[in-house]
Amino acid sequence: MAEYSAFSLLKNALTGNKDWKPAWRKPDPKASYDVVVIGGGGHGLSTAYYLAKEHGITNVAVLEKGWLGSGNVGRNTTAVRSNYLLPQNTRFYEHSMKLWENLSHDLNYNVMFSQRGCLNLAHTPAQLDDYARRGNAMRHLGVDAELMSVGQIKRLVPALDVSGSARFPVLGGLMQRRAGSARHDAVAWGYARGADRRGVDIIENCEVTGFLRDGGRITGVSTTRGEIRAKKVALAVAGSTGRVMQLAGISHMPIESHVLQAFVSESLKPIINTILTFGMGHFYISQSDKGGLVYGGDLDGYNSYAQRGSLPIVDEVMSEMVALFPGLARVRMLRSWGGVCDMTMDGSPIITTGPLPGMYLNCGWCYGGFKATPASGWCFAYTIAKDEPHEFNAPFTLDRFYRGLIIDDKGQGATPRLH
Amino acid sequence: MLITCPYCGPRDVIEFTYQGDGNRKRPQPASQDLDAWNAYVYDRLNPAGDHNEIWQHSGGCRAHLRVVRNTLTHEILSTAFARGGHKTESRS
Repeated sequence: MAEYSAFSLLKNALTGNKDWKPAWRKPDPKASYDVVVIGGGGHGLSTAYYLAKEHGITNVAVLEKGWLGSGNVGRNTTAVRSNYLLPQNTRFYEHSMKLWENLSHDLNYNVMFSQRGCLNLAHTPAQLDDYARRGNAMRHLGVDAELMSVGQIKRLVPALDVSGSARFPVLGGLMQRRAGSARHDAVAWGYARGADRRGVDIIENCEVTGFLRDGGRITGVSTTRGEIRAKKVALAVAGSTGRVMQLAGISHMPIESHVLQAFVSESLKPIINTILTFGMGHFYISQSDKGGLVYGGDLDGYNSYAQRGSLPIVDEVMSEMVALFPGLARVRMLRSWGGVCDMTMDGSPIITTGPLPGMYLNCGWCYGGFKATPASGWCFAYTIAKDEPHEFNAPFTLDRFYRGLIIDDKGQGATPRLH
Repeated sequence: MLITCPYCGPRDVIEFTYQGDGNRKRPQPASQDLDAWNAYVYDRLNPAGDHNEIWQHSGGCRAHLRVVRNTLTHEILSTAFARGGHKTESRS
């Protein structure tokens, strides 16, 4: 179904580009479905796509309260990597990386996945030792990782201040060359189109206002566009998890919602050809194909459902950027925005059956959900179709917190704002 | 965001350290009720709206405060000393 090809581009160019079909339909909701996915972001759309593609379940609706791609799928800094320490995370994110590597072909939609690498900078000998340990853990599980010297880093990113007089001198770094970035809107649109073409109804401007129940079992949802019954109701609502779970009568979750800001500068000529992270603070930066620097830092640090941030973090992020790249001090910031992150108590996600009969839960992406988009949908679709988790998401249960099975990659403990 | 410390008056948010959900109940130290401990450590109310939370004026008088703040608008509705309330985590 190569709808987009050199031939179709040429054909449509000759007919004045008037014959392109919309990428997805705008259907009215039906009275019932086999599966209703709440949340039309990257994870909800990829879940619907893999339900149809891998499991033949096409009587599916995706409900989105705003417009498609209006949430975190269009608000992240587009980093894709699988450089984790703990095997549960490494296996899951490496599965995601493998899906990314073939995603444009699979969707017949160019998601502009560019494997330009991700380099974590080390500024102390202990940090370098820690990165060596993480790199070894990654390589042990078949993931690429290499420790880079200051000389190699200097050649890779000449604009970076690697001098001994830098505020925090760089001592080395851990590079994952297969990491990279992708165009986040294309990911949402590609999955939406792929799901739609397989029969999935994508219903925008349709907010869930409650759950339908039969005894203890969830049997559907009430929405701003009427009641919709479903054999299975799957949640993929990221930052709104707390709100939606409260509609289902579950008041407490091992999750806090926090706001994370992101920034784009004016366009520059190529200056940074990888994703770079600062080791003495929380800061990451890459350059988009248009030339804008895309960067971000820490959470604002307190519970928030507002999709906007405050100035102290803007100040902190800019300081960190200038500490690494003194030459960028006079670059102007073009845009900034905020997204609501569902921070779990151990920094790892939740993809599971339950917690109520008839319900399936996908949440807890902290601020790393974008890279997980393919594997999250793939594993969630498997879990919904088979009523049991795949081995890749089996560790990501909701009850792991109460059973002593937490997956805390950073070793931070139950303080979500610090993950 | 300005937080009005009952002792120091209105101060910028950067003077304060966030200590999280103020609804949590810490069990007695000798308690062996695992469900209560689990709930204390891991469960959060996380409302979209008014949120009862603990802040410390760490860059000022160091008092712990009980703050009611709206998580949709960031408006602060009330602040008071948290004396006798929730025990705090230390920031690493």
